[in-house]
Amino acid sequence: MKILVLIGNVPDTTTKIKFNADNTAIDASGVQWIINPWDELALTRAIELKEAHGAAIEKIVVANVGRSETEATLRKALAVGADEAIRIDADPLDALYVATQLAAVAADYDLILAGIENADYNGTAVGGMLAELLNRKSVSAVSGIDLEGDLLKISREIDGGAQQLSMSLPLLAVVQKGIAKEPRIPAMRGIMMARKKPLNVIAAADAEALTAFEYFELPPAKAACKMVEEDQAASLIRILHEEAKVL
Amino acid sequence: MNFDLSEEHQLIRETVREFAEREIKPVAQELDEKAEFSTTLTKRMGELGLFGMYLPEKYGGQGLDTLSYIIAVEELARIDGSQAATLAAHNSLGIGPLYYYGTEEQKLKYLPRLCSGEALWSFGLTEPGAGSDSRGSKTTAEIQDDEWVINGSKIFITNGASDINMGCTVQAVSGEKDGKKQFTTILVDGDTKGFKRVPMHNKMMWRASDTAELFFDDVRVPKANLLGEIGQGSKIMLATLDAGRLSIAAMGLGAAQGAYELALAYAKERKQFGQPISKFQINSFKLADMAMKIELARNLLYKACWLKDEGRPFGLESAMAKLYCSEIAKEVADEAVQLHGGYGLMKDYAVERFYRDQRLLQIGEGTSEIQRLVISRYIGC
Repeated sequence: MKILVLIGNVPDTTTKIKFNADNTAIDASGVQWIINPWDELALTRAIELKEAHGAAIEKIVVANVGRSETEATLRKALAVGADEAIRIDADPLDALYVATQLAAVAADYDLILAGIENADYNGTAVGGMLAELLNRKSVSAVSGIDLEGDLLKISREIDGGAQQLSMSLPLLAVVQKGIAKEPRIPAMRGIMMARKKPLNVIAAADAEALTAFEYFELPPAKAACKMVEEDQAASLIRILHEEAKVL
Repeated sequence: MNFDLSEEHQLIRETVREFAEREIKPVAQELDEKAEFSTTLTKRMGELGLFGMYLPEKYGGQGLDTLSYIIAVEELARIDGSQAATLAAHNSLGIGPLYYYGTEEQKLKYLPRLCSGEALWSFGLTEPGAGSDSRGSKTTAEIQDDEWVINGSKIFITNGASDINMGCTVQAVSGEKDGKKQFTTILVDGDTKGFKRVPMHNKMMWRASDTAELFFDDVRVPKANLLGEIGQGSKIMLATLDAGRLSIAAMGLGAAQGAYELALAYAKERKQFGQPISKFQINSFKLADMAMKIELARNLLYKACWLKDEGRPFGLESAMAKLYCSEIAKEVADEAVQLHGGYGLMKDYAVERFYRDQRLLQIGEGTSEIQRLVISRYIGC
């Protein structure tokens, strides 16, 4: 079995986001790029499965649509434990564009893992679109995945509980928090080995983006915090009632 | 000229930072308060491959370069001086001499375990009466019946007495040549009869690192435990300290970086007279000076590492880097406390720990005075 994990290259979640002059893109200067946190968890789970099931999992490949500056992120995925990386050399214009690019390389993989959302533009559609393009079944909001013989045991979080599924391959799973406990910290050995692992760059397929960003806005600055002395409960209630209007 | 770190160095920095933030930061204050050495964290460092980073794989190392190792020490020191001390001492003083001067047999016997983090090794140089004047050592080693017999004591030995200490490279007077003391380094396994390892308590700084006093009372070890050659002790000691200085410099740089980040964050948040205190020029200038000093320190230290990795002489630059990085650590930590005001004096604020931890750096592995002496000799004074 071969696993493909989709890897988004996103700004570190603690980055103070700025936009370019016409507010159409993130200003990348000084930004630290990381593996999209949900994708990192997906990769961690893939590695755990490989460790637990050994020979049943032939290899784990990570794929990303992006320019050369995203290679550091892919290299980290290799250091953590992926066997190979694919970079499709294109700007990730929108979800359909990205999914179309990935469809060109993803068909061979028995299990495809996609994070439930992307931490940069809150995109959520690539996984589902890719499944459609590959004409493959998919399951979303997956918070647990294990291999049992030829079947995947999957748990999904649903309103007020959990759902247990048994599904056959090939499959695309859109995963969320809970899929793995926490992302792995690569060991120095992993970083050294990552140097020798293949990172294949593939030319972009012909595809069109159907959407374009017009502009972004930053949320309004947070209002100043008002401190109330500990013995002034009445004043707190008045403020909550009259000013904040939440009571 | 290219000042960019390679993708690999960058990834090493991110990785060690993640480890320090995620696993050391949450426990640093408690370990400091309890003065508790953590074998758990030491083992984790081993798992991540932080011990023996610059050693070949056959000895359990990672085959990385000096700069990689220095970045790792810097990143730990940015969060906690004690853990950085464990890492720096074990790599530079524990593993270093064994790797550079050990026989193939000695290397294969000791290094794999020492690189795994299962066990630590120390370097016994300083004595109660021999600090900067290391030639004043009184510990002796003589050959009797094909064995080395060692007598004497050592003090302030990092990683010397924890539960996972496996032994020590001890420098001892082995005789006299041309009226001068002759020094020899010998490997002493921890469980050797007559060898006593006693933890030292009540330290001001590095409270979660292990510091020991070592006592040698007719300690007998096989002749084959000689490290290097008879009479080579001074050379081994000096070379070990040259490399060790880089890691102390890295601790200074990391401590300065950590204290600066705490100060900057606090100054932007703390309001007095209706605005963040970072807006007052006297404070913003302090922060600007801190940033500048850190930048200079990093450039100097990385250059010294680069020289070493190129196989070029680096003794002068390593003394300069050790001196400068440790001194700016003091200046930055001091101003960082000042910016915190009264809170900076409270143990609940990490900056208080940085202020204490940095104070060793101008003393250990050659005082600032000795560094100036080394530099002045290099420049021909």
